[in-house]
Amino acid sequence: MKKGKVWKYGDNVNTDVIFPGKYTYSILDPKEMAVHALEDLDPEFSQKAMPGDIIVAGKNFGCGSSREQAATCLRYAGIQAVIAKSFARIFFRNAINQGLPVIQSEEIVESVEKGEEIAIDFSKGQIKTQKGILSFSPLPESVSGILEAGGLIPYTKAKLEKKRARAK
Amino acid sequence: MGKTFSEKLLGLKAGQKVSAGDVVTVSPDYILSHDNSAAIIKEFEKLGVEKVFSPGKLVIILDHVVPASSEKYAQNHKTIRKFVAEQKITNFFDIHHGICHQVLMENGFATPRKLILGADSHTVSYGALGAFSAGIGRSEVAVLWATDEIWLRVPETLKVQIEGKLPRGVYAKDIILKIIGEEGADCANYKAVEFSGDAAKNMSIASRIVLCNMAAEMGAKNAYFAQDDATISWLKNRAKDEFELICSDEGAKYEMVLHYDISSLEPQVAFPHTVDNVKPVSQAKGIKFHQAVIGTCTNGRLEDLVVAAQILKGKKVHPKLRVLVIPASRAEYLLALKEGVLETLVEAGCVVLNPGCGPCLGAHQGVIAPGEVALSTANRNFQGRMGSRDSFIYLASPATVAASAIEGQITDPREYL
Repeated sequence: MKKGKVWKYGDNVNTDVIFPGKYTYSILDPKEMAVHALEDLDPEFSQKAMPGDIIVAGKNFGCGSSREQAATCLRYAGIQAVIAKSFARIFFRNAINQGLPVIQSEEIVESVEKGEEIAIDFSKGQIKTQKGILSFSPLPESVSGILEAGGLIPYTKAKLEKKRARAK
Repeated sequence: MGKTFSEKLLGLKAGQKVSAGDVVTVSPDYILSHDNSAAIIKEFEKLGVEKVFSPGKLVIILDHVVPASSEKYAQNHKTIRKFVAEQKITNFFDIHHGICHQVLMENGFATPRKLILGADSHTVSYGALGAFSAGIGRSEVAVLWATDEIWLRVPETLKVQIEGKLPRGVYAKDIILKIIGEEGADCANYKAVEFSGDAAKNMSIASRIVLCNMAAEMGAKNAYFAQDDATISWLKNRAKDEFELICSDEGAKYEMVLHYDISSLEPQVAFPHTVDNVKPVSQAKGIKFHQAVIGTCTNGRLEDLVVAAQILKGKKVHPKLRVLVIPASRAEYLLALKEGVLETLVEAGCVVLNPGCGPCLGAHQGVIAPGEVALSTANRNFQGRMGSRDSFIYLASPATVAASAIEGQITDPREYL
C-alpha cells in the first residue's frame, strides 16, 4: 500500500486543461509531457507533484477531447490513481488503456481533503484516509487485466504473442 | 419489448440480441484517425504486427494542423503518408479535403447501420445519418488496426424530444446550447442521445450534424436521428454502398425522455470556460471580443456560411476585430465559392482560411493571446483551448457571431435579419 498526497479539484476537469491541444501533436517525450500535465488548471501541479500522488476530483473528470495524452501525462507525472465522483467515458477507457488506475466514488471524494496523505489498497478495494478506511468497488476482471499488464498495448501484445506461439 | 437504435445496431454487429448494459465484442465498419495517426502508428508498431488487419476499414484524414505549421507537424504528416503507402490504405485524404468528420460523411462512409469508431471525440456526428459512431482513444485505434476487435458497452438511451417551429434568427446551434445549458456537461455520459420530435424531423442534415456533433459536450457515447427522406436524398450519390434504414422500435426502453419546445427560444451563448455555462443572448449583449471564428466541424457547412453572409452582406466587420471563416471541407468551400457567399464575406473583411480545424484547438491559424476574447461557432470553450490559458471563449451560432462581428461586441442576430 503506497501513500500519496491528494491534489483536489472540482467538477468537469476537461482534457484541454489536463493536456492542452496545442501540445497534442508536438510533445511526445514522456518527461516533457509530465511537465505540462494540468498546466491550464493548476500551474503548481507539475512543479510540486511527487510520484505516488493522487488526484481527487468531482464529477465528469476528463470530459472533452478523446486525446489519450490526458491520461498519459498524468501517468508520466507519477500519479498513482485518479479518484472522481464520475469519469467522462473516453477518459475512463483511456486511463485504463494507459495503465492509470481510476476509482469512482462520491464518498471518498467528499471525505478526503486537499493535501491529505492517503493510501490505496487496490486488491482489497480500500483507501486509508485520516477519517478512517473507506471502500470502493474494484474494476471488473476484464478491465483489471489491462491495468495489470500496464495498459492496452502491452496487454494486446502479450495476447498476440500467445496466439502466435499456439499457432506454431 | 422494442429495442433502441443503439441496441439494434450493436446487436447486429455482435450477431446476438443485446440490451443496454451488455458488453459486446465487435468489429467496426470503419476506423477514423487524423493527424494523430502518427502517434497511433507508433503504438501499432509496438504490437509486433506487421500488417494492418483490414486496411480497407481505415479512414485517415489530415485536418488538425494543415498545411503543417512546423517541422514537427510536417514530420507527422510525412510519417502518415509513408504508412499509408506501405499498408496500402486506400481511404486516405491529404491536407486539401477538410475536417475529418465532414469529409468522412461527404464521402459516403457514414450510412445507416454502419459502426464507425474514431480517435476523435466528435466522431459522434455521424448519428445524423444513422450510423453508430463513437470516439475512442489512440491505443484502442492501434489495437483495432491490428486485431479488428474492440469491446463496447451497449448504452442506455436519453431521448430528447424537440417540438415547435424555430423562430427567426434562431438555429440548430441555439437548440443544442440550450439543451446542454439546461442538462449539464455530463447529462449523457456513457449514454446514447436520440434526437426526435417535429423540430428534429424538420431539420436539414447539416443542422442534424450540429446537434449530434455537440452531443459530445453532453458526454454522449453516440447520438442519433431517425433516418427519413432527407437522409436518403442526402446520401444519394454519396453513400459508398447500398443501405437499409435502422430506427428505434416503438416501445423501446429509454432511460429518460426530455422535452423541449423551441417556439420561443432566444439565440444562446455559452460563456467561458464550460459549454454548459449557457445564457440567452440578451444577457451577453455588449460583451467585447477580439476574434470571431465562423466554421469548424460544428458550424462550417454551406447553410452556416450562407446565414453569416446574409447578415454581413454590404456591411463591414468592426475595425478592431479579426474575423476568421473556415469552411468545413473543400466541397463546402466550393459551394460557398460558387454561390458568392465567400465573396460577400471577404468583402465584409473576413479572412477565409483553408478547410481544417484551424484555431479551434489552439494549434495554429489564429491562436489568441493572454487577455483576449474569442467568439466562435466551435463546440468547445475550455480554458486555454484556443491559445493562452488567460484567454476567454464564447460560443454561439453563425448568425450571432456574424452580427456580433459587425458591432465588435456580442449582438442579437435578430436585429440584422
